[in-house]
This record gives sequence, structure tokens and C-alpha cells, in this order.
Amino acid sequence: MDCNAEKFDQGDLPIKNGERKAPQIEILHLRKVYPIPEGEVVALDNISLSINKGDIYGIIGMSGAGKSTLIRCLNRLDHPSDGQIFIDGKNILAMNALELRATRRRMAMIFQQFNLLTQKTVAKNVRYPLEIAGVPKKQANDRVLELLRLVGLEQKANAYPSQLSGGQKQRVAIARALAGDPEMLLCDEATSALDPMTTQSILDLLQEINHRLGITVVLITHEMAVIRQICNRVAILDGGKLAEKGTVDEVFLHTKSAAGKRLFGILPEKEDPQPTESALRIVFDGESVEQPIISRVVRECGVDVNILSANINQFNHKAYGQMLISLPDQLEERNLLTNSLRKLGLSVEEVHPE
Amino acid sequence: MNWNQLGGLLWEALGETVYMTLWASLIAYAIGLPLGVLLVVTRKDHIMSHPTLNAVLGVVINFLRSIPFIIMLALLFPVTRAVMGSAIGTKSVIFPLVISAFPYIARMVEGSLEEVDHGIIEAALSMGSSNSQLIFKVLLPEAIPSLINGAAISITTILAYTALASAAGGGGLGALAIIKGLNIRKFDVMYSASLLLVALVQIITVFGTRLTRGLDHKRR
Repeated sequence: MDCNAEKFDQGDLPIKNGERKAPQIEILHLRKVYPIPEGEVVALDNISLSINKGDIYGIIGMSGAGKSTLIRCLNRLDHPSDGQIFIDGKNILAMNALELRATRRRMAMIFQQFNLLTQKTVAKNVRYPLEIAGVPKKQANDRVLELLRLVGLEQKANAYPSQLSGGQKQRVAIARALAGDPEMLLCDEATSALDPMTTQSILDLLQEINHRLGITVVLITHEMAVIRQICNRVAILDGGKLAEKGTVDEVFLHTKSAAGKRLFGILPEKEDPQPTESALRIVFDGESVEQPIISRVVRECGVDVNILSANINQFNHKAYGQMLISLPDQLEERNLLTNSLRKLGLSVEEVHPE
Repeated sequence: MNWNQLGGLLWEALGETVYMTLWASLIAYAIGLPLGVLLVVTRKDHIMSHPTLNAVLGVVINFLRSIPFIIMLALLFPVTRAVMGSAIGTKSVIFPLVISAFPYIARMVEGSLEEVDHGIIEAALSMGSSNSQLIFKVLLPEAIPSLINGAAISITTILAYTALASAAGGGGLGALAIIKGLNIRKFDVMYSASLLLVALVQIITVFGTRLTRGLDHKRR
């Protein structure tokens, strides 16, 4: 487990042994505070992240963790209070209006509420980025058709957004985002307003875009499933702070932070069970669920076990949580039980009611 | 007075009313529309954030709006004479009409633009829109149904102002109703001119509402 600790940060170093290219998006010590009458609220506190070209980078956190603020700082829809953001090595916070517009065209964004132009047809929505970039009409119209085909909505070209379902609206938004040939796509809770099946199809589409077009995707979400399904790297935000970051596999298998465990459903939201009588507390910390631990111990020790309470979650075929069993009366049985449980790698302690 | 004479008077007055209303509306919109846009985009944290300018515009507009039209008519006499060549008459009344109406229109436009979802503005910004692209390709087109609705209300307000034009020697249905009706107890003239005004307001309102609904693709 420890040997992995080092690996966590590898992808986040801008240069490693001269091999790794500079990251496409590099966030350094980002801080954002909102003034309120009583002082200020710290929305983001010392966030540093590196996102490489071709990544599908997930930023996850509970609501209020600051993830939306973070992604909105990337294209300066929000202004950070302190820190730096480099897009391909250029500090976006130091850019003038013209440079900012040029950079924004390279990093498109989609939103939870889709934000389509309500008075324009689907085709005109998708054409908007081309229009403002001065692409000739004929060429723009061809591109619009091509994009609508990509998102499977060529039939809806002349419909208005109000006539579409949520999933269709997000597809239009994606087509519009892709119109200007961006290198990066920022997704601000893009699937949070959608039902599970529609979410699935939008995630598939994002993945396809990433694979086929090589577009870097940065997405924020509060749903673990979204991260597991399409992201290769993940950062966990908790109360404006970076709780954890790394590849999705690493963070999943060796969750270190409490915020991460909570998000993955490993750490129960409710309190750990408290004993009402003297008991043994058995802590499951990622033991395989394939082994019938309790029944095996019972058989081996020949001691009856009375389960008082348990709060155990399964995740990735591993068990996390706690179980209280009543304390055997005889010391001998107690030690036998404790030892065989410990041998299986569980931590065991005697607890007494307060 | 026979029906022919009455008809002639009404027809002439109707023409004057339409003339005053149309020109005053057009010119007042030419001033009020950009001002309304400015009132929105110079707000704090909007695309051309300028709180001081915004506050100054707000105060000036509120000041102008709080002066009743009939007082404005009198106050502006010297200015009207300088600008229009004469302080009295149907044509000259257009000037005080414009001065009274444009602050009202600016507020109406401001209200319409306010209704545009901020998310849409952010989406347009995220695509790299310039300020002018944002105003002309997003903000105004998105607000069109509401702007048309506002225009119908503004025009009926201006129409109501024109009824007081007689105070400055102007013509129109209002002047007809007051001078050739009420003042000399010709109630048939007063009522028919008033009814025609009511009909005009109805027509503008119904037309405005229809147009608003027809153009709005947001609510289906």
C-alpha cells in the first residue's frame, strides 16, 4: 500500500525525468474567496492540479466543495483571488480580452442547464461559435451537419431547444462546444440534470469524443459512477481543499482521504455503531468479501458469535466498515477469537459501553 | 354637426395621433434601446462592468421618469423651441414626447434583457464571444419576444401622452376630445374621439401580444 503513495503525484508533476511534456492545464495554488458581510468565504484553498493532453480528468466533491468554482476559473468565468492557471504554458489570468477570447475558443464548455440559445434553432445554436469566428456560411453549414450527425441529431436541425429532451439538449450543447474545434472540453455537471440512461449515453459520447478527437475532457460531478466510468484521473475536493488526486485506479483502490471514502461509500455517513454492552469491535478495512470470514472463524475456534450490530459496505469486492460482536464470557474463547480474526488481517479491539 | 363633419375631424385627428406616436416612439427607441442595453451591461460583474456609469445613468433616468408629461411639456418649452423651431404644434410636441418616453423605454428594455438567463450569457462568453457579439447575437435576439411586448406597452404609453398634446397646441384625438368636445360641450365629439383612442390602444396591445407569442420559441 505504501509503495503506491509515491505514485499518486507522478502524473501531477509537470516534468518527470524529462519525459513528460508540460501539462495542458496547470493549476497552481489556486484560491478563491467570496466576500460576505461577515468577512469572506473560502471557496477554493490552495488547489494545484495538472491536467495532461488526452486526459479525462474528473473533479468530484459534495455540493459546496468548490468544484464548480474551480472549473469556472479555468476559462475565467470566475476570477480566482490568488494563484495561477496555465493553459499550454500561458497564464490565463494574465491574458488581455483578446487573448482570453482566443483561449476560450480552444476550451469549450458544457453546462448542467445546457444553456442553449432559446430563440435559435438547433442548427443555428451549433453554428454560433463558427459565426462569431467568422467562418463562411457555406462551410459553417457543412460543419454543423457533420456535428449534428456526430451527436445523432441531424433530424432535429430545425427544431428549437424547447422541443427537445434534456439528453438531446445536452447533445446539441456538445455539438456546439465542438464546432470551434476545441482542444479541451470543460463539463460543468453536464449529466447532473439527466436521468441514468441519458447520463450513460452522454458519457459514452464524451468518451468517444476524447478517443476519436483527442480532446482533453475536464469534468466535475458529484457522482462517483461518472468518474469510474470514463475518467482516467481524478481529484477529490472537500470544503474547498484538495483532498486527494491521482489516477482513478489508485484513488479507488487506496482511498486515503475521509472525503474520498465518503464519496465512494466506504466510510458510512452515519456514526459507527456504539456498544451497549461489552463487545469486540472488528474493523473491515478492505478485506476481500469473497472470504466468509466470520463463519470461518466460528468454525475454526468453535466459539459461537453473536453479532450485535454491523455497518459494512462493499466496494470493488472489498468490505469496509465495522462489526460489533458480543464478547465471549471466557477469557480463553475471547483470546482465541481475537487471535484468529487478527490472523485474517482484521483489526479487533474490546469496547465497553460509555 | 353631421356624421360627415365628425368623420372628417376624427380622421384628421387620428392621422395626427398616429404621426406623433410613431415618430416619438421611433426616436425614443433610438435613444432608449441603447441606453437600456447600457443599463444592463455596465452592471457590476456584467460584461462591461462600470458601476459608476451605471449609477449615474440610473439617477438621470429616474429623475426624467418622475416628471409628469404635462409638466415636462411646459418645462421644455424653450428647449423645444430651439430644437424644433417652434414650441407649439403637433410636430413640436414630438420633442417633449421623446424626452418623456426614452427613460421609460430604457427601463423597459433593461427589464427585457434582464430576463435572459445568465447561463446563456456565460455559455456565449465561454465560446469566446466579444462584447458586441454578445449584445447583438445573444442578448438582444434572446430578448426579442419580451422586447416586442415591452414595445407594445411603451407605444400605448406614448399614445396616452399624445392625448395631452393640446396643452402645447398639438392636435390629435386627445386635443379633439378636449377642445372641440369637452370644452364646448360637444359630447358626441368627445366620446367618439375617446373611443377611437381606446380602440387604438386595444389594437396595439392585441397585435403586440400576438407577435410576442408568435416569435417566442422558448415556451411551447
